[in-house]
Amino acid sequence: MMRSQDASLPNAAGRLPHVDGRRVIVCSGTGCRANGSEAVYEAFCREVEATGLPVVMEFSAEKTHDGSVPVTRSGCQGICSQAPLVTILPDNILYMRVKPEDVAEIVGATLGEGKLVERLLYRRPDTDELCRGAKDIPFLNRQTHVVLREVGTLNPESLDEYIRHGGYAAARKAYTQMSPEEICAEISRSGLRGRGGGGFPTGRKWEAARQQPGPKKYVICNADEGDPGAFMNCSVMEGNPHSVIEGLMIAARAIGADEAYVYIRAEYPLAVRRMKRAVAEAREAGFLGNKVFDTEFNLHCELKEGAGAFVCGEETAMIASIEGERGMPRPKPPFPAQSGLWGKPTIINNVETLAQVVRIINDGADVFRKVGTQAAPGTKTFALTGHVANTGLIEVPFGTTLREVVFGIGGGVTDDAGNIDPDGFKAVQIGGPSGGCLTREHLDLPLDYDALRSVGAMVGSGGLVVMNRHTCMVSVARFFMDFTQRESCGKCVLCREGTKQMLSLLDDILEGRADETTLPLLQKLGAAVAKGSLCGLGKTAPNPVLSTLRYFRDEYEAHVFDKTCPAGRCPKLRKLRISAEKCKGCGACIRVCSVHAIRGEKKKPHQIDETLCIKCGACQAACKFDAVEVY
Amino acid sequence: MHTRMVRKFEKVCEILDRHHRNPSKLIPILQEVQEEYRYLPEEVMTFVATSLNLPPARVFGVATFYAHFALAPKGKYVVRLCDGTACHVKGSIPILEALRAKLNVTEEDKTTPDMLFTLETVACLGACGLAPVVMINDQVHSRMTPETAVRLIDDILEREQSPASTKESVQ
Repeated sequence: MMRSQDASLPNAAGRLPHVDGRRVIVCSGTGCRANGSEAVYEAFCREVEATGLPVVMEFSAEKTHDGSVPVTRSGCQGICSQAPLVTILPDNILYMRVKPEDVAEIVGATLGEGKLVERLLYRRPDTDELCRGAKDIPFLNRQTHVVLREVGTLNPESLDEYIRHGGYAAARKAYTQMSPEEICAEISRSGLRGRGGGGFPTGRKWEAARQQPGPKKYVICNADEGDPGAFMNCSVMEGNPHSVIEGLMIAARAIGADEAYVYIRAEYPLAVRRMKRAVAEAREAGFLGNKVFDTEFNLHCELKEGAGAFVCGEETAMIASIEGERGMPRPKPPFPAQSGLWGKPTIINNVETLAQVVRIINDGADVFRKVGTQAAPGTKTFALTGHVANTGLIEVPFGTTLREVVFGIGGGVTDDAGNIDPDGFKAVQIGGPSGGCLTREHLDLPLDYDALRSVGAMVGSGGLVVMNRHTCMVSVARFFMDFTQRESCGKCVLCREGTKQMLSLLDDILEGRADETTLPLLQKLGAAVAKGSLCGLGKTAPNPVLSTLRYFRDEYEAHVFDKTCPAGRCPKLRKLRISAEKCKGCGACIRVCSVHAIRGEKKKPHQIDETLCIKCGACQAACKFDAVEVY
Repeated sequence: MHTRMVRKFEKVCEILDRHHRNPSKLIPILQEVQEEYRYLPEEVMTFVATSLNLPPARVFGVATFYAHFALAPKGKYVVRLCDGTACHVKGSIPILEALRAKLNVTEEDKTTPDMLFTLETVACLGACGLAPVVMINDQVHSRMTPETAVRLIDDILEREQSPASTKESVQ
């Protein structure tokens, strides 16, 4: 799985001692940390030290001054729904939902006696089989890891370890053995397309910037992953920050830039910390700064933290933000490759695109093209979340079907209580606020840029949110519209005002005020917003509405004409009644009803007067006997 | 009071100097100022503008554009409820309602009068696999329900009210 060390590889200081014995890796991604993986990590450190087992650890984690603690942290190991995760190498055992109190048992049994702690292994919900490690778990073994290959095993806070696994070989090759023309040609030949959403061919972008004259050019890594429901870039930066920097170096060499920026989302504190550390380490090792790899080229890299504006994910808005302005986009052309940051040729690439670049330079375009489709070679990471049994970070080749992702890897759709519901699938929202919905009829659609665009959706940055049959699609559309209208920068009238009006039309639908003119108006306005906006935010803002209107029109119509929500989710459209069997006549609901809509004698079933009821649900919350029902 | 004001600007000057009073560094400067004061006081923004030789409107324009900049002081505990897609479909709104009721705050008035809590929603915290999540200061809490979220607030209140608690920041 790992690349073995090559004699020609850069070795920062030659301080890597021999590997021997077992190794414990505690997942330290955002998800696992939220579930207490730091406490598990510390428990391992204590326990191993106390037992004095011969589990020699070579890596210099932050807390190991004497190098005796055989435990490291890693980036996201993928299956976040089972957090916190602990991997034991070389046996490849994967323990799940590990608590600090389990650690003594793991150390005693597995590290000491070589036995498995079965209750912490993954049990397949469908066959009840125990899975020892990643190779047996469908969620993990059905994926193809390229970008994520070392995320989850590598210690993200160690440059030495990255180098040991072949790190910075590609950057060295790019700087010392390849010309910019050769790099651009290789990337073009690989067919790599931007992983940030648009899917623009990376090689073409680089070639355009390379041909621009002038000594001053810039490269920017777009790490401003703002889509709600997507955390792939976050996980890559947390798990393998050096791969992003290496990709950025290759990009800089390809176009002849000597200054690089990483524009990173500030809501990811851990990713910010690890990227900062990685940049500092790379600088110290001489990979960044003056005379990169002893060549005549310089490359200075700086981290810029975003300040919470979704629109800054747009290239020209990001440039404005780095320049210290309000992050508002400007018309293209001129494209940033011609005139970008401070008017100089600039290329902006997504985190994942840059991590893929490293693989292409290392392994060659032909190896890269072996997976994926003709038009979209390679793999793509997705964040699989929502009503699905296994949530987490996945990487699959382009062209994989939605069915494989949701049922094969995701393990099926769950109901609201978290149990598998074989008939529960309703839709998948892909591409976040710019994307659309895929339904049952798209389950066998291959996931790639063009196929998705043909059905009104898009790859986007790769958020895949699975929704079960109890989800109201109109509220989902409203959720995204609310997001985009808040994030609209206000430059284009149609985006600023149009999204607001679309939101209020959706509110009309959800709150029972809509009539037969609402849906045609919504559709017309959506088309206008898409046409009349300058940047990707406005152009794609109507997508969630238009796509749900296309596939779930009956649900919209039920809200508009019958004033009911088929999923029973919309509070203003629900009707409440009191079950005569369950009601004990205690009067609790009468006391909380602010409009005096409930009547009834003591100890006899009460009734709700529908003409007075404002559907606030206070009675439902007050009832101790679950007698207030929604129908 | 006067010496306090001077000291206030001393910190800002340090931050400005660290960025060589470069107007293109306005955003990182404001970020650091906010870290220092927990919000952007009006007189500090004017001071920054003058020092960078920028019109105050430019600085205010930037400060109001980005969601991270707060023009009013925030509470000691900033409670950020994630309302990203995954959290939303898994029921973040009932949690928001429960927290608002518990803290007696609204969408407009986000901070409690005792300056202990500020309740905000954010688009995504990147822990979608464990939705719904709540972040209190820097600590992420996963798989929340309205009940467990309210319990987190109760725990903080209990700690704050116990006389032994002198800890400045928590977790």
